Amino acid sequence: MSTRVTTRERLGAALWRRPWLRGALILSPPLMWFLVVYLASLVALLVTAFFSVNSLTGNVVYQWTWSNFSQIFTQSVYETIILRTVIMAVLVTITDALIALPFAFFIAKIASRRSRQAFLALVFLPLWASYLARVYAWINILSNHGVLPSLESHLGLPVTNVAYTNVAMWIVFSYLWLPFMIVPIYGAFERVPDSFLEASADLGAGAWFTFRQILMPMILPGIVAGSIFTFSLTLGDFITPLLIGGSSSNFIGNAIYDSAINGGDLPFAAALAFVSIAIMALYLLLARLAGAFEAI
Amino acid sequence: MRLSRLTRGGFAVFAALVVTFVLAPLLVIVLFAFDKSNVQSLPIRHWTTHWFAVAFNDPAVRSALWLSVKAGCAATLIALVLGTLVAFGIHRFRFFGRDTVSLLLVLPIALPGIVTGLALQSAFNITHIQLSIYTIIVGHATFCMVVVFNNVVARLRRTSTSLIEASSDLGARPWQTFRLVTVPMLSTAIIAGGLLAFALSFDEVIVTTFTAGAQNTLPLWIFGAILRGQQLPEVNAVVVFVLILTAVPIAYAARISSGERSFGSTGSK
Repeated sequence: MSTRVTTRERLGAALWRRPWLRGALILSPPLMWFLVVYLASLVALLVTAFFSVNSLTGNVVYQWTWSNFSQIFTQSVYETIILRTVIMAVLVTITDALIALPFAFFIAKIASRRSRQAFLALVFLPLWASYLARVYAWINILSNHGVLPSLESHLGLPVTNVAYTNVAMWIVFSYLWLPFMIVPIYGAFERVPDSFLEASADLGAGAWFTFRQILMPMILPGIVAGSIFTFSLTLGDFITPLLIGGSSSNFIGNAIYDSAINGGDLPFAAALAFVSIAIMALYLLLARLAGAFEAI
Repeated sequence: MRLSRLTRGGFAVFAALVVTFVLAPLLVIVLFAFDKSNVQSLPIRHWTTHWFAVAFNDPAVRSALWLSVKAGCAATLIALVLGTLVAFGIHRFRFFGRDTVSLLLVLPIALPGIVTGLALQSAFNITHIQLSIYTIIVGHATFCMVVVFNNVVARLRRTSTSLIEASSDLGARPWQTFRLVTVPMLSTAIIAGGLLAFALSFDEVIVTTFTAGAQNTLPLWIFGAILRGQQLPEVNAVVVFVLILTAVPIAYAARISSGERSFGSTGSK
């Protein structure tokens, strides 16, 4: 056996004796990337929100100003847009929760093991399927000569005409984010031991009573987790408002898109983005105050 | 909780309706891609694969596809390296601020995509970096890294460190242990993470809108075409192509990481 110690072995031994050095070597590349690219960008966004644009040249003027925020809070257009976005987010969240609750209950507690797997796969599939494909499908379904109106007239039913309205937006948003609500609620149902439900029934509680008193408190964290997704996704989307919504469907997302991409006003878009971050933070705070995080 | 047969049946019917609601739009898209007519409406009278040929021969679609593939591969590669490293580091080492770091790491997919996109654009603007394929890759790698991290860290939590300890007790050098024990243990999680990362990147529109500048990735081409209302039959064919190209790696990733809780909860735009 050779007694010569190679550099590689010496290096290995040095690393083995100093776990902090190994940790630093492993963690520094990803954390540097995260710090330099992501967190620094968020700071850049915040700073940009206080810049302005030279109206003649269209260049960003790197000088501190409150004008973007004062514009947002004084012009009634933005009040309407913010209000519309929040109401839509609330509506979509409630709709998805109402669909996801019985569905998740069924697959977690009623369906057989095998059909449970199939149901989960069928619902997760669109979660990962192309987002644009799902939005585009709804254009084909809801448009004036689309699938839904032609199916209805074929069957002699009254024809719905919701293309390019906020009703269409509500349907499509609810469709798009539904899997994000189902996943955490299903997870919450799965964690409820069957014995709890049996004990409740043995003690004479009806199904409705068991649902309200036993299931609901245990499911609530799941609903809150899902609602964080539905809320955040509705606040950040501009594709659906642009493609599905009509002229009265200005949401925070497409206001940001319009300012940044079409209007060339990056600072104003950044200020609007901070409004949506603030709404999200407020929502998380409210959920926390309501005690929704305690059980997580 | 005891439910009558009728109630159970009612739940089953409701669940079937939900699945129909979830899947029907995807079916519509696939059917219309084979519709010969210029205007998509029911009933479909003539079937054709013509639009796939049109899309395939469209130079704009081709260059967009090529850009998407290049950006997706590069972003996935970066995400694989960084995501695996950070999962490893966070799992193995205890350090100050560890919980905060693992919480911050999911921000790119927890915050709305528009925030990530606009933040990157602001940073590129301030540093005077021109938007190019590299800025697309940087943006994609940042959120793809989270997906890889989630997958690998979930696997690490399920596997015990005793195998690694046993390996070094039996005289394996650290590098040998890594190569012969750690990597095989994690390989399917890493592959699944990479596949999901590529699928996510290939389909991404929101962050890309703010980091691409004048050039089109495939989703940006689709978005632009729908917005202008032009070339819609061609859009249909391209959309089905994207649907298949993202569904295949996702289905495969789900297969090789089946039973792992991380899968369903990592998808966010």
